[in-house]
Amino acid sequence: MNPRHIRQRNIGLIALGFALVIFIMPFAYIFLMAVKTKQEAALFLFNWPSHWQLWANLVDVVQTRNYMLLLAYFNSTIITVGAVSLLVMFGAMVGYVLQRRPSGWNRLIYACILIGLMVPPAVVPTIWVLQGLGLFKTIYGMILIQVAYGLAFSVLLFRSFIGTIPRDLDEAAIIDGAKPWQIFYRVILPLLKPVTVTLIVVQAIAIFNDFTNPLYYLPGKENVTVQLTLFNFQSQFQSQYNLLFMNILLVTIPPLLVFIFFNRQIVAGMTAGAVKG
Amino acid sequence: MVSRRPSPYPYWFVLPAAVIFVTLFLVPTITSFWFSMTRWDLFKADFIGLDNYRQFFKEPFLIQGLRNTLIYAFITSGAKTVLGLLLAVLLTSGIWMQGFLRSVVFFPVLVSTIGIGIAFSALMHPTRGVINLGLATLGIEGPSWLSDPALALYSVAFIDIWKGVGLATLIYIAGLAAISPEYYEASRIDGATRMQQFWRVTVPLVRPATVTVVTLSLIGGLRSFDIIWATTRGGPGFSSDVLASVIYKQYQAGFYGLATAGNVILFALIAIIILPLTLWFNRNEVDV
Repeated sequence: MNPRHIRQRNIGLIALGFALVIFIMPFAYIFLMAVKTKQEAALFLFNWPSHWQLWANLVDVVQTRNYMLLLAYFNSTIITVGAVSLLVMFGAMVGYVLQRRPSGWNRLIYACILIGLMVPPAVVPTIWVLQGLGLFKTIYGMILIQVAYGLAFSVLLFRSFIGTIPRDLDEAAIIDGAKPWQIFYRVILPLLKPVTVTLIVVQAIAIFNDFTNPLYYLPGKENVTVQLTLFNFQSQFQSQYNLLFMNILLVTIPPLLVFIFFNRQIVAGMTAGAVKG
Repeated sequence: MVSRRPSPYPYWFVLPAAVIFVTLFLVPTITSFWFSMTRWDLFKADFIGLDNYRQFFKEPFLIQGLRNTLIYAFITSGAKTVLGLLLAVLLTSGIWMQGFLRSVVFFPVLVSTIGIGIAFSALMHPTRGVINLGLATLGIEGPSWLSDPALALYSVAFIDIWKGVGLATLIYIAGLAAISPEYYEASRIDGATRMQQFWRVTVPLVRPATVTVVTLSLIGGLRSFDIIWATTRGGPGFSSDVLASVIYKQYQAGFYGLATAGNVILFALIAIIILPLTLWFNRNEVDV
């Protein structure tokens, strides 16, 4: 081994040491707390559990408050799938027209994108609008809110990707007599697959992890979402930290799985805009 | 006029998105200016002029919320930018386990903020928490991270940095990858030290990434709510309240007009900080 390699190995080992303490320890802590007994978890220590009760805690958490966690997973899944599907469809449609058809309207659309990315939502007036439409405290309302808040990012991502698809494809389809909707749906949309996967992964994580918006727009026990169960259990499990941490563990697993399988797409989505282009 | 063939890119493609965005984002944003000047119970809004704003700037705890928002946003944004760049340089230098280390630094970004908040509340417990027990073995007496009014805001900011630095790092790694190695080669031939390379080559050329990181983290920091709500709920007292948590508290108490005024102030604050920053970033753009 030459000196350069030795140096890189040593720096790597030191960095690994720091990463273990700073970044991995909290996750190890969550896991260890989640498998402890009630009494042991109450001590808050970072140690190996004397009684290992992973399964018992899991069952306990799931059964709490009449299977509230299962209902929450169900609700969160519906909101996430619904909102992400609409974001892909509507975002791609706007990005397509925005990229392909230069006109005065585009400045208005860009202004809306900027507003959507920057302006904090006006919460109570939004509730007022939702109530007027009969959508307050409904899953549909929540889906549409997530779409409204995610559109700006989604349009930007699609627009820049559609720029890389040659117009010749559209022209060929036009000559073949395809209608506008057919060109988009049959020719363009299939080519957007890579960026679509990226968008799905990034938005799904954001919506699944969202706490603030369901807190405001989706109150009510039957509408509970995954992040709100954590919040509800925080007071209920005051003396049962093992169950509270089991709940944290359960909401951490879906992003972990997504991260393992879609690492590349997440990186692509999160770094969009980092490089000039 | 001769009828032309309709464009293959019809405007109705924009319609579904526009309807959702206008009704659920633009309408509330625009009406918020009016509602912020009323006493409002969602059904009846009585115009009271600027009373809500007056109250906002009169109540000491509301002013503190405003000040905390600024402190919090600048600390978290600054730390994420600096640490993100340093970590990105380290994690692109070809060290051992580089890929694994990148994943480790990035993973917290994807995890539930509420979960992280609760976990850190336990880790930061003044007497039994892992952090203070660890410090005690080094002979340091750890403070009451989240229950000391002078410290709570900074402790929450620390958790936020811990959770968010991975995103800054990731953006910087992409930015560094876009710098052509020729610049480093040329500067090396000219006899530049590593320090000089960092300041004269890396920092100026990674600028697009810096713009993204600073803008994203500032907007995020100014709007920050869930991490604060999961750890201190603005306490002890109002010592770690920020605008977003003040808005939620006023909403819970039924002061809808006042909550909306808070929203307008938050909007104004973001605009006042971000717009000049964006202009400045664009004006000083160097083309390389």
